[in-house]
Amino acid sequence: MREFLQYLITGVGSGCVFALVGSGLVVVHRVTRVVNFAQGSFAVIAAMTASTLLASGLPHGLAEASAVAVGAGAGLLVGLVAIGRPGTPPGASLIITLGLAVFAYAVEVLIWGDQPRSFAGVPGAVEFGGVRFQAHYLLIIGATAVVFAGTAALFARTDIGRALSACASNPYAARVVGIDIVRMGLLSFGIGGALGGLAGVLVTPIQLVTFDYDVTLIVGGFAAAVFGGLMRPLHTLVGGLLLGVAQSFVAGYGNAAYQMEVALVLLLAVMMRQAARAPAAEQEPA
Amino acid sequence: MIDVVDLTVRYGVAVALHAVNLTVAEGEMVALIGPNGAGKSTLVNTLSGIQRPAGGTVSISGRLAHVPEGRQVFPDLTVDDNLRLGGWRIRNRDTGPIYEILPGLTPLRRRRAGRLSGGEQQMVAVGRALMARPEVLAVDELSLGLAPLVVADLVRHLRELNADHGLAVLLIEQNARLALDLCSRGYVLEAGRVVAAGTAAELAASPRVADAYLGVAG
Repeated sequence: MREFLQYLITGVGSGCVFALVGSGLVVVHRVTRVVNFAQGSFAVIAAMTASTLLASGLPHGLAEASAVAVGAGAGLLVGLVAIGRPGTPPGASLIITLGLAVFAYAVEVLIWGDQPRSFAGVPGAVEFGGVRFQAHYLLIIGATAVVFAGTAALFARTDIGRALSACASNPYAARVVGIDIVRMGLLSFGIGGALGGLAGVLVTPIQLVTFDYDVTLIVGGFAAAVFGGLMRPLHTLVGGLLLGVAQSFVAGYGNAAYQMEVALVLLLAVMMRQAARAPAAEQEPA
Repeated sequence: MIDVVDLTVRYGVAVALHAVNLTVAEGEMVALIGPNGAGKSTLVNTLSGIQRPAGGTVSISGRLAHVPEGRQVFPDLTVDDNLRLGGWRIRNRDTGPIYEILPGLTPLRRRRAGRLSGGEQQMVAVGRALMARPEVLAVDELSLGLAPLVVADLVRHLRELNADHGLAVLLIEQNARLALDLCSRGYVLEAGRVVAAGTAAELAASPRVADAYLGVAG
């Protein structure tokens, strides 16, 4: 039972990180219909930036916040290249984001080298149900809860959120009422960058981050986002948590080498299920 | 209000509008009729700034709001959210006056726009345009796909908006009889060119219009 709880808490922590990466994918896709494969790179860039800033003496909090801002800036840059030219089809934008994710490797290796990085998170340990775990997990879970509540409120209760939704819902009508759909798309990429950056700075204290860690994050984040049809943030949270916990149990009770395979099998299963439901879903209002 | 001079619009090499001239005066209701593909929607898209002209000038004094063809509501958003987005350009968030002008929308305000009937969606599209507090309203295919009773109700609202609020209207319609009944003046657009213009009575009496658009042998 103690082992079970230990694996569960560890899984929830990494599931939160997948959910954060996935929510960035959802925000961008909701607004632009583009699947942003550079989403994992924002996490790596923010993680590396935070480690450099902390090493140079910047205090905790400020270093992580600055790194999240750098992630948002990276998101904006990717957005500018991917959708900055009006009329770029979402398929072409997807390929651009994939290319930029590969290009990001070169930039990351050039700046930070190819060695893994980590930094200290929230110090100390917490005991729950007879299990001791790093207090940093509480920060990951708390920050994820706040971000998802904030994202839901943004889309449901603010004019800017309504305008973001309107761009995805009916781009032509959005232009008719005077919404600048390119600007809204760039804003979504900026938000996506910040969410990816937050995932990066939260995961680094519990996981060594290398320049190619974005693959793990994008596969997990994409699996979480697909669980929500790339549209629904709450389903993405559930998908991320399920994936994180499943991977943790596989690693704990089985073999840690199969974690990626678990993500891919889950991703495949969800996509097959959604493909089977697609004809019914198409009858729903767009 | 609207002054279009020698307007030319191209899609690549195809010419959608060729040297079109059109005016709408303050408080006037003007019809633009013509068959499918004549360039009517291109003209209104150019007026609202969505389409760029290749030549000529478009001058609009006052605010223009656009009710697009096919309603084009935001299906996932509520009626109230649809209305609020209509005021996006001028940051008008007060939907109250719209429910007074179009009371039929009041019971629907929390419903998703995509779940409404065609007539209700058209009402939402008109209300959304009114949120921009326009002086001139360009309505693209008001009657398309709607039952006659629903169209009559929408027409009544447009007449009231014109009479009570001085709203100028450019009505783009395939239903020429409806357009010429409602408006005092009109233009006939065919293959991107204005082929006839005049008062509604003159157009209705013209054998060309009567034959092609009113179903009366000229």
